[in-house]
This record gives sequence, C-alpha cells and structure tokens, in this order.
Amino acid sequence: MADELITPDELLSKIDHRPSGAGWMDTPVDIRKGMYCYASNPKSVETLGLPNARAWNPLDEDWKLPENWQQIIHEGFKERLEKFRSFKVFMDICVRCGACADKCHFFIGTGDPKNMPVVRAELLRSVYRNDFTTAGKILGKLGGARPMSLDVLKEWWYYMFQCTECRRCSVFCPYGIDTAEITIMARELLNLLGLNIDWIATPVANCYRTGNHLGIQPHAFKDMLDFFVEDIEEVTGVLVNPAYMEKDADILFITPSGDVFADPGTYTCMGYMLLFHYLEEKYGLKVTWSTYASEGGNFGFFTSHETMKRLNSKMYAEARRLGVKWILGGECGHMWRVISQYMDTMNGPADFLEEPVNPITGTKFENAVSTKVVHITEFTADLIRHDKLELDPGRNDNQIITFHDSCNPARGMGLLDEPRYVIQNVANHYYEMPANTIREQTFCCGSGAGLNAGENMELRMAGGFPRANAVRHVHETHGVNMLACVCAIDRAALPASMEYWVPEVDVTGVTELVANALIMPGEKDRKTDLRGEPLPGMEE
Amino acid sequence: MRRAKSLAAKKKEILKSWFKVTVDSYPADTARFLKGQKDPFANPVGDTTYRSLGALLDALENGSAPEVMAKALDPILRIRAVQPMSPSQATRFVFSLKQIIRQHLPDNGRAGAGDFRDMDVKIDEMALAAFDIYVACREKVFELKATESRKQFFGSLKRAGLMVETEADGPGF
Amino acid sequence: MNKNYMVSLIAVIVLFLIAYVGTQLGAGVQMVFGILVPYLAVALFVAGFIRRVMGWSRSAVPFRITTTCGQQPSLPGFKQAKIDNPSTTFGVVVRMFLEIVCFRSLFRNTKMKLHGGTKMTHQLEIFLWVGALAFHYAFFTVVVRHLRFFTEPVPFFVTILEKVDSFMRIEILYDAVQAGLPGVYMSGLVLVAAAIYLFLRRVFIPQVRYISLVNDFFPLFLIIAIAISGIFMRYLTKVDIVAIKELTMGLVTFRPTIPDGVSYLFFAHMFMVSVLLAYFPFSKLMHMGGVFLSPTRNMTGNTRQVRHVNPWNHPVKVHTYEEYEDDFREKMIEVGLPVVKMPEEKA
Repeated sequence: MADELITPDELLSKIDHRPSGAGWMDTPVDIRKGMYCYASNPKSVETLGLPNARAWNPLDEDWKLPENWQQIIHEGFKERLEKFRSFKVFMDICVRCGACADKCHFFIGTGDPKNMPVVRAELLRSVYRNDFTTAGKILGKLGGARPMSLDVLKEWWYYMFQCTECRRCSVFCPYGIDTAEITIMARELLNLLGLNIDWIATPVANCYRTGNHLGIQPHAFKDMLDFFVEDIEEVTGVLVNPAYMEKDADILFITPSGDVFADPGTYTCMGYMLLFHYLEEKYGLKVTWSTYASEGGNFGFFTSHETMKRLNSKMYAEARRLGVKWILGGECGHMWRVISQYMDTMNGPADFLEEPVNPITGTKFENAVSTKVVHITEFTADLIRHDKLELDPGRNDNQIITFHDSCNPARGMGLLDEPRYVIQNVANHYYEMPANTIREQTFCCGSGAGLNAGENMELRMAGGFPRANAVRHVHETHGVNMLACVCAIDRAALPASMEYWVPEVDVTGVTELVANALIMPGEKDRKTDLRGEPLPGMEE
Repeated sequence: MRRAKSLAAKKKEILKSWFKVTVDSYPADTARFLKGQKDPFANPVGDTTYRSLGALLDALENGSAPEVMAKALDPILRIRAVQPMSPSQATRFVFSLKQIIRQHLPDNGRAGAGDFRDMDVKIDEMALAAFDIYVACREKVFELKATESRKQFFGSLKRAGLMVETEADGPGF
Repeated sequence: MNKNYMVSLIAVIVLFLIAYVGTQLGAGVQMVFGILVPYLAVALFVAGFIRRVMGWSRSAVPFRITTTCGQQPSLPGFKQAKIDNPSTTFGVVVRMFLEIVCFRSLFRNTKMKLHGGTKMTHQLEIFLWVGALAFHYAFFTVVVRHLRFFTEPVPFFVTILEKVDSFMRIEILYDAVQAGLPGVYMSGLVLVAAAIYLFLRRVFIPQVRYISLVNDFFPLFLIIAIAISGIFMRYLTKVDIVAIKELTMGLVTFRPTIPDGVSYLFFAHMFMVSVLLAYFPFSKLMHMGGVFLSPTRNMTGNTRQVRHVNPWNHPVKVHTYEEYEDDFREKMIEVGLPVVKMPEEKA
C-alpha cells in the first residue's frame, strides 16, 4: 500500500510553481495583482511637467516608453552618481554579507527573496556594473553585471514600489548602506520615463496646485475645520476658534492633510485645535493654520528630490509671508524626515524666522535653531515638563496603549522618547512592544513611501504583518487595545492592517490622547472622548 | 482512535515534516529563512505557521470541535491569503498531512486502513474549513480595498455634512 | 553545484599553477613573477585605490542623510544617544571608530526567543560578527607581520606583534616535520579558518547563497590560497627566508634582484598576492575605503541645528502663494479666509 503513495517531496516536485532555486538574475519578474499600485494618471504627470505623460498599464507588454529610454536611464544614472556620493558609494561597497537580508518587512511578510534589501539594491547594481565599471564590462554576468533591458526595467519598477524607504536595513548594515537612498534614486530614474504610480503622482499634482495631497480647495479645508469646531463643542462644551493665515501670529502650524480629512487622523486634528485653544486662552499664544501650506506630508519625496523641493517650498514661503516667529509641525512620518534632513538645505536658510523659543516656558528648542521647525511632541513634552497643561490621564483609562515608532522620525531624526513621555503623562496604561520591533528597529506599517493605495492591499497586509505581529503580542499579553503613532500614513494605513490582523486594536495619534486628557478652561462635564466613546466611568 | 494515539506518540516528527513541507511552498531561500530563524518577531511567518500547524495536530489528535480547528487554521491562512501564491498553493499544506501521517505511522495492514480513513475524513474537513477561512480572508482584503478610503475620507466628510447622506449610503455606491 | 564558486575556485587554481609552473621554466620568467608583476600590481593597487576614492569624493554630498539609531538631542531630560545619533564631530568619530574597529552594526543582530509562555530572552546572533572580526583582524595581523620582509631593521611593533601572535608555541617532533617548529602564528590559522567559515556561510545559508556572486567567492578563495601557501612555506617546506628577504628588500629599495634558492611556492604566493592587490581597487574589497565615506554614518545628525549646504542646489519651479490665491480667490473670500488682493470689480 505504501508504494502507491507519493511522498510529500514527490508531491512537491509536481508543483511547478515552486521556484527552481535559480539565481535571481535568471528569474524574470512576475508582476502580480495586489502587489503593485496603478500607473500614474497622465493628467497628474502633466500638471507637474514631468516627462512622458501617457496612459499605460503595468500588465501590458508595451509600457509606451520613449524611443531612447535606455539612453535616458544611462545618463540619468550617471548624473546621479555625480550628484550623490551616497549613491556612488552604495553602488560600490556592498560585500553582500547578508546582514540586511531578513530585516525587511516586505521580505519577512511576502517571502519574495527579491525583497531582501541587498537584492533590491543589486537590481540597480547589476546595471551599474555593466554600464560604469571596468570589471563589470569585462566579466559580464559572471561579475554580476547585466545590461539594461525592458525586463530589468519592469523588475525595477515592481520592486522599487515594494520598498517603503523605511531604512530598517540600514541600521544593520556595517557600511550604513541605505536602501531608501537606492529606492529614491531608482524612482527618480523611473520618473524620467514617466513610470510613477498614481497613488504618488496624483497627490503630488494636487499638492502642487491646491496645497495638499487630497486636492482640498481652501474653502473645503476651512469647512472641515469648522465642522471640527462644532464637534469639539459638542464633546467639551468649549468653542475653539482656529486662526487662518493670520499675519504676525506667533507660530505657523503645518500638519499632513490626512489629519484634516481622514479618520482617525481627524481626531488628532481636533486634538491640535483643543491644545492651541487651551494655550491661547491660558497663555495668549497665537497659532495659525494656512490653506496654502496645508500639507505637511510630501509625496514629492517619493518622486524625486526636485519634486520634494517644489512641494516643500511652501512651508518657509508661507511662514515668511505671514511673519510668524517659527513653525510647529504636526504628527507625520516622512514630513519629518524631509524637515529634519532636507528642508533647511533645500529651501533655507530660514533667516527670516526666529530661533524657536516656547514663549510659555521660555525653553529654547536648541535642536531646531537652524530649521526653526519644532515637532508637536517636543512642544507638548516641554509644556508637560513645565507643568503648563492641566491633565486628567484617567480619562484615557479605557485605552491600553502601545506606541509604534514611525520609520522616518525614528531612523531619520531620532524622535523616540518625546512621544513616549507625552503618552505616559496623559494616559495610565502603557506597554512597549518587543525591543527588536521598536525605536530604531521599528517595523514599518507596510504602507509608507506612497504605497498606501487600495489596489496593493495584499502587499500592504503582508508588509504590515511584522508590525501587526508585535502588536498582537502586546494585545495578548497586556490587553493592549490602542496603537498610538505620530504619523499620518500610519493613521491611514494601520487601521486596515489592524482590522485584518488584530481587529481588537484601534489606532490613534498622540495629540488625540493629549486632548482627551486636557482639562479645558470652561469645559462642561465631559462624558465622551473625541470619538464620542464614553469616558471611563461614564458608560451606561 | 488507536490511530490518534499513535499520532500523539509521533507528533513531534509529524509536525516537523509538516512544517517543512508547508514552508517549502515558498522560494527555497525564503523557506530556509522561515525554518532557521527562531525569533517570533524577526520571523513572524515561520513562527505563526509553526504554531498553527502544532495547534492543528493537537486538534486532530483530540478530535476537537470544528471551531477549535478553525481557530488553529486562521493565523496560517490569514498570512497565506495575502502572500503571492495561488489559492491551491495556499491551502495545499492541509492535504499534504495525509501523506506525512502515512509516512510516519506504521502501516498495520487491513485493520489500520479504517483508522487512516477516519483520519482522512478529518483532514478533509480541515481542508474544507481551510477553504472557508482562505476565502473569508480574501473577502476581507477586498472589503478593505473597497471600503478603506470610503471609511477614512467619506466618513469624515459625511460627519461634516459635506456629503449628502443618501448618496453615501445608497445602493450602488 | 554552484557555478559562481566553481568558477572562482578554478580561477584561483589556475593562477597558482601559472606562477608555480611558470617560474620553473627559467630565470626570465622568475624576473616576470618576482619583479615585474609585483611592481605592476602595487602600481595598479595604489593608482586604482586613489582613483576610486577620488571618484567618490568628487561626488557631491547634497544632503545630510545620517541614519539615526537612537534618541536625538532634545529638551533637557531626554538623554541623547550621543554615539548612535551623533550631533557632534566627536560623536561621529566614536561612531565610526566603533563601526570600523568593532563592526558595531553587525553586532546589532540580536534576536529574541520566547520560552514557553511569556518569558523572553535576548540572544545575540553573533556568528557573522565573530567571523568577520576574526577574519579582518587576522588579515591585518598577517599584513603587519609581513612588514618584516620589507624593512631593515624590523620595526619594534612588528617584532612585538610577532611575539604576541606566536604566543601559542607548538613543538611537534615528528620525523616528517622537523623538530623545533617556528612559533606558530595564530593569525595565519585564524585567517584560514575565518575565511573558510565565510565561504561556507555563502554556500549553506540560503539567503546568502542567493546573493553571492563570483566577486564574493573569488577573493575568499584567493585569500585562502595565499594563506595556505604561506603556512606551507613557513612550517612545512621551510623555504629559504634569507633569499626571500633579499628579494623583497630588493623590491622596496628599487634594486630588484632574483637571488638563488627562492622556492617556486614563494613565487606562486607572491603572484597571488599581486593578483589580490591588482584586483582590490576594482572589487568590493574597496569597502575598506568606502566605509569611511558612507554618508549615513560619517555625518552628524544635527541638520536641524546647523544648515547643511548642497553644492548644486538647483532652483525649482514652485507654485507661489500669489498664484494660489489667483486660483482660489473667490472661494476663499466666500468662506471668510483672508486674501491679499481683493478681486477686481466686474465691469
């Protein structure tokens, strides 16, 4: 009887889908539904004046490329090697030790070996060796070199939009090779041929014209905030009065538009409004919003350095026009990478602003004396430390909280302790996730760098699994039911990830927690939190 | 039921083979990573898969209720439903258990055949449950695709009264 | 069977044979392998190395893209990770020093294990780290030790290093192996062992095999072959050290000679070293220079405090506030948003 049966191994040998174990260069790209985002809308590409605007479909054979596309790539590559030492050094010095291989959430989650950071970089390096190195030219494929071809280009496009530029691999690399930098360059090259994804191209075009990614026109922006005013009054009995483009306000406040228009970021937005009202009532601090600079996020960063600069220019321009003292930045991930590592260099010096001092506490933000942009949690932490906020942390007692470090503030800035300090002062139940999943080793939400579209949901869920797995752990061991974060993409992406992996856990911004605990002057007896959920002890 | 008892005795080996066969549905390089890395947070796929399979064997051994079986199946299928594999690849691991059990348990001739049949019936049930869960996960993914932005954006717009209620909730939206 | 390492292995064997057999053909060939090739190799190494580093330094550093691996400098009360997120040059120097001398990032490969219930233990995944450290330090020691052949008198640090290195003295009194073996240098053995480990890792760890190229195997085999030929000469075949030193001193003093009695094995050894030197600047071995230039690690993370200047900060087309207001003026006025310019009266 036994010999009638096939062994599991034989069984497996009959599955022809299983990769043969061939080298990655011999495995052609297979563009799978659910793993990629739709191609950019030609109108958006046109708005920005970027090249090769046309309708195209990644699944089609023909990507409608310009005749001389190989030359464009070659010259673009060459130009970037000269303009970015990072790129050139990273092309040359990798020893393929493999330390990064299993650090990528997309590799861990999807199991696709081309998602190992080193292979992602090798996709470019192979062409670099072929085009720019003697050894590569002589040895060819044996030396890891291959010529640029349409298949290679498709592979680039597919895998460069499966990287969230989170930099986790860079932390473990003995040379600090940063895959984000490589992805950024590759996406710039792809954009030279008009190969962007729509989830990035259209927000960028919107932002350029209307000031924010969602394309919200100024009146709608104000309508939305007006609505929050009503909501806040309902919950707290306090009528807040946000200022718009007010000249000579103390501070210009800029946050991602996701906070204004997408749940649950909207509650964080209400949090900002409550906080600013509190500070104005108590200390006379005047904070203004702007509809022109109504986007903190910068999807231009996911397109090219140039586009990033174009979008970012509005922040300083508006601060200068309004004559504020300095800028306060809301909770956002890549916005803070841009502010922290690019903004001052690109669009500075901001010599028309003052070195940021918190007028309420007198604290000078020494770490931001040049950019003149302060992070909301730095600001709030300073207020709490000087006991300037009257807080009732008990109001957050229904939330058992953990904190997700967003990639960019963690690995492109180092904002780690401030949000934790704030949370622990406005709430009583706080637990950390395992050490190799937080702080500089934090796992990406799986949807950063412009990949939080709907059509690539499988990719997002798979890439978000390492993070969700750690959340599930604290949910099971400590009963955590609230995942706090300081990033608008997190707030947009993690709810879906939680709904799929750990449905019992909800997502919140840090300032929402602050506002729930903040005892407003003249507030009524608050029965619910900002979401309309009953406060502890107020349940029927 | 005797079969179930001998299953208990050989559980460790069976689990090991089953795990191997299951992760071998991934590319070779990935499979080796999934088997090798023991940290549940650095290798959540391998860890979850291993624990899921263990729980399934327990359920099989104890003749547990369908709900217990489904609970054990959920984590592994939830992962496979979003990974780049076909439905057959995603659920194949259940069927491979039949072969593995036969490999590990001695064949008692005619008398044992009945036990194998019982076991096969159970595994078939497991497979059917796996289909249900796989499809439910896929449905969830598509639900998220369809409703994520509506929930996020239109939710707030609706609350703000910037969108007409009937339009948002009406049929065909 | 892996094509990548077979090709590399065959290449190294062929290189060895070329020199080993070739130098047996006569004095002329010995001149080539003993004088011409080493000079050429050193010239290629120096010129190639400089060209590569110059190439890197010619490329601009437009942005400060430090990878921050710890708490930023912040308000009083928040303790900055001064090394992992350095805001001063001193911090960067310490960070780079630890990186280069201790391979700190590789050491970061910690993993955790769940034991049964909820108890968690941290565990280091240190094999790559140990292997890499052993390999590099052994290599370094071997190189310094070889200064003995290129200096007269031998500098004190070389002698001290030799003493330390041969601390473990093994005396084997066999007939086949002559009595009173010279002190055994640990570095040579460690080098071979570590290189073999690094090779096996590339063969047996699937992810690493997946990414390994010929360029990864070739230098490893070459170094193993160099080390083994060296060990052979020192402990087994007992080459004529005096003749060899005469040759090497001749090379460094630019009075090259080929003395009598230099073994063929030595020529093969030196040829392989020459190949390694010549190959160095064209390969990933340049990580030795590149590690100093990696912008994510060799810069301070203080961009918010000190402005970094981009040498090519190209101007870009922006959408100004005025253009924006022109687009939306009426709508802005309608909801009471302030505008700079009131709309012109309609005729």
